[in-house]
Amino acid sequence: MTIRRSTVFRVFAFLACALLSGCQHQPATATLYGDLGGRTGVTRLVDAFIDRLAEDPLVVPVFADTDMSQFRRMAIDHLCSVADGGCRYEGRDMVEAHRGLDLQPRHFNAVVEDLMQAMDDLAVPQGTQNRLLGRLAPMYSDVLSRGVEPVASRQR
Amino acid sequence: MRCPDCRGLLLALAMVLGAPAMAGSKITATGGARALEGGAGAGLSPWSMIAGYGSSDEWSASAFGTRVSVDDFQLDIYGAAASWGDRLELSYARQTLDVEPLGLALSQDVLGAKVRVAGELLYSAMPQISLGVQHKRQRAFAVPSALGARDDSGTDVYLSAGKLWFAALADRNVLVNATLRYTRANELGLMGFGGPDGNGSVVLELGAALFLSDRLVLGYEYRQKPDHLRAVEENDWQDLFLAWFPSKRLSIVAAYADLDEIAGLPDQTGSYLSVQVDL
Repeated sequence: MTIRRSTVFRVFAFLACALLSGCQHQPATATLYGDLGGRTGVTRLVDAFIDRLAEDPLVVPVFADTDMSQFRRMAIDHLCSVADGGCRYEGRDMVEAHRGLDLQPRHFNAVVEDLMQAMDDLAVPQGTQNRLLGRLAPMYSDVLSRGVEPVASRQR
Repeated sequence: MRCPDCRGLLLALAMVLGAPAMAGSKITATGGARALEGGAGAGLSPWSMIAGYGSSDEWSASAFGTRVSVDDFQLDIYGAAASWGDRLELSYARQTLDVEPLGLALSQDVLGAKVRVAGELLYSAMPQISLGVQHKRQRAFAVPSALGARDDSGTDVYLSAGKLWFAALADRNVLVNATLRYTRANELGLMGFGGPDGNGSVVLELGAALFLSDRLVLGYEYRQKPDHLRAVEENDWQDLFLAWFPSKRLSIVAAYADLDEIAGLPDQTGSYLSVQVDL
């Protein structure tokens, strides 16, 4: 049982190169933050993101008790920090910030999709989108509901 | 076109596309396509993802049809899959293999179940790991029996692990999957189960996919196969596929398939086309 027809691999390599070179990156800036358009770009992205969240029936109830202007400030800082923009995110950590919201995987997926759509709305290049999503993906385990926790662990 | 079930399928397709969408929250393309045996995968092999777009507390269902045309064979498959909570997947597929030079058809039904046991394809550091079974029943055992197959039914068990890496290659997302399967099935089971040269093998199935965009995926699969019959040789399969997910309702996979030698007929290469509709 050997792998025959190395042609298949050559075709694969060729196709991958040909198709990818059709979508070369923008001239790279030093950081993901720069590629997102710096402070201006991230602010526009967060605004587009909030617009998408506000239209998402699965997500709207989650934000029922959220101060959206504070959320906006924190999201801008958080994205800046995550994207190596040199900001210090000074809000609560992701576990604390989402505690008690009873977030389930469907909420997380819905929010990710809203963010992807917001990036599409602003024509953020695919590669930049992928890099940002990769930085945010680890939030999954921090923000999801961990079920009922002992009261003691909620105290800081 | 010999396809007695096509009229029904087309009607079902029209009904599904006209119906309101079921709210599936998973990200587009992460429900996979329907592989040869009916469950979520790419083309030739089952992958670790759960079929459809149902996330936590959400249902999903899908129907599909696939045609593989190689030099001397045509394999037609249709079936359906349902899933709950991105946790449990149930699937059904009917496979019919026309052996064109002999004017005969081999056929079987495959009932599948798959459970995600750990990890999350996109978000967790560990791969998504799923455990699956495929129960297969022959519908035309005379030929497999004459070739030396022992049984007309069998159950495959597999463990599959997959993970997506964001921006991994030229800032594109890359999904890699490996499936380890115990099987007694000859040529998927279309040639029966077990034989004079063995009654069960562990095989490895590998897949890699490059997300050219969120909706267009280029990939490759290699499927190791057992070799239990003495009368005919069985070889590994591979394919190079392009999967398009224009929406969460529709996906289309086109592939170049290399099925090597089947039933003594060498160099079986050709096309693979699969269309899937999600509720």
